[in-house]
Amino acid sequence: MNHLPQAWGRPRDDVYGAYDASHFQMSGPTQHSSRPIVTGTSVVAVKFKDGVVIAADNLASYGSLARFTDVKRLRTFNSKSVLGFGGDVSDMQYLDRLLNSLSVRENYSTSIDDSGKSDLDAHNLHRYLSKVMYKRRSDFNPLWNHILVAGLGEKDAPFLASVDLLGTTFSSPTLATGFGAHLAQPILRRQVPDEAASKELSQEKAVELIRECMKVLFYRDARSMDKYSIAVISKSGVDLKEDEKLENQSWAFAEGIRGYGTQVN
Amino acid sequence: MFRNNYDSDALTFSPQGRIFQVEYAQEAVKQGSVVVGIVSKTHAVLAALKRNAEELSSYQKKVIEIDAHYGIALAGLASDARVLSNFMQQQSLSSRLTYDRPIALAEITHRLSIRAQKSTQQHGRRPYGVGLLIAGIDTTGPHLFEFQPSGVTQEMVACAMGARSQMARTYLERHVDEFEACGKDELIKHALRALKESLSQDKELTVDNTSVGISGEDEAFILLDGQSVVPWLNATFENREGGEESMEVDS
Repeated sequence: MNHLPQAWGRPRDDVYGAYDASHFQMSGPTQHSSRPIVTGTSVVAVKFKDGVVIAADNLASYGSLARFTDVKRLRTFNSKSVLGFGGDVSDMQYLDRLLNSLSVRENYSTSIDDSGKSDLDAHNLHRYLSKVMYKRRSDFNPLWNHILVAGLGEKDAPFLASVDLLGTTFSSPTLATGFGAHLAQPILRRQVPDEAASKELSQEKAVELIRECMKVLFYRDARSMDKYSIAVISKSGVDLKEDEKLENQSWAFAEGIRGYGTQVN
Repeated sequence: MFRNNYDSDALTFSPQGRIFQVEYAQEAVKQGSVVVGIVSKTHAVLAALKRNAEELSSYQKKVIEIDAHYGIALAGLASDARVLSNFMQQQSLSSRLTYDRPIALAEITHRLSIRAQKSTQQHGRRPYGVGLLIAGIDTTGPHLFEFQPSGVTQEMVACAMGARSQMARTYLERHVDEFEACGKDELIKHALRALKESLSQDKELTVDNTSVGISGEDEAFILLDGQSVVPWLNATFENREGGEESMEVDS
């Protein structure tokens, strides 16, 4: 024992060596994310006459490596809305925790409806997320995601909107993120060119259309997978299936592709 | 003299379990001029009697619009009400900004009560010397909440507070069964009649001293002040003598 009270009860330096205090060094350079690391690819969604269909595959890639094959990229919120996340998976998980705490706060707050559920609908959720995303981009520390928010908005009308890592928002009867914006969106728009067409679209047709898009994406997007999640949101609630498999694949078209792969000419 | 040893701050209970500073604050509410609030199935209405400090001065504001869907009426210290209304406006705006959702009336009332309760338990503060009626409409329908300096809030069907408000309360209690089915017009008339009950003999409801606030389904909160209350005063008190004189306007 020595006469320094702060040393009492601690391992003695002369026996164990000086304590390595570098763990306590909290200050280092501030680090911001500058690129996504583990990523999810496209999310596709379409509005139909009394709801929304949304889908995303279950793959999280590490660069070009298909690293995790059972990552669920669709998430329900208060059993009223569904979010689809494209982009960085760890940022998706951060947002997931953020939304869990929002959900708890909402359901304990006084703004609940007759069924005892929070009245925070898809529209409110989308506005909240856009503020979160824009705040983070303004801090030069963006959450590297492109998110689709699907659900029922004001007066239970089908609602579909997107927000990206810059906080940019966009709304349309059909939406797709990532590669899907190039490969699936044209297919979706051919079937559902405008709001009026989506009001005519039946649930069966919408689901079929989304499944078709998932198939085309699997054919042509090298960061995609044939296992996917699909959710239908309507007045009767959320029907989320997280273990779907692509059916009736036909790779016959691959024969005709020239210019890369094994054939040279 | 009879000195009260337990009223010099809001922290100390008296041996009878009372906090005198809070009770004094409630006296300030009773000094304020009367305000009335009623809800029906479709509407919420506020009516207030405005006072002027002297003949030559303007009238103190009694009904304040907080957001598009609700407003408040105050009885007591107007400057304290200004602080609270400012707080409510900020909270309401923040809800619209971050969620694009009008704040629920139960929620804003809850936040208000938390804020007010703090000043009954913290050193160096005094309770707010104002009572509020919070009336409006949200996703769960029309609501009326009563707020007191103690931080107590209650949902009400009808409520009156301020000087001589007992007369108005008696009127409201007598007609309480009629309110639920009332439309906008009937509800305003009830509120104005209740307000009139609490006036002293020599006083009248006039263009200058009457304020009304209404909100209903798909209707934004409207504040009726000055000339815009004239039709309502005329409709409510059809055959009153001398009432016309105060409502004359230069053309």
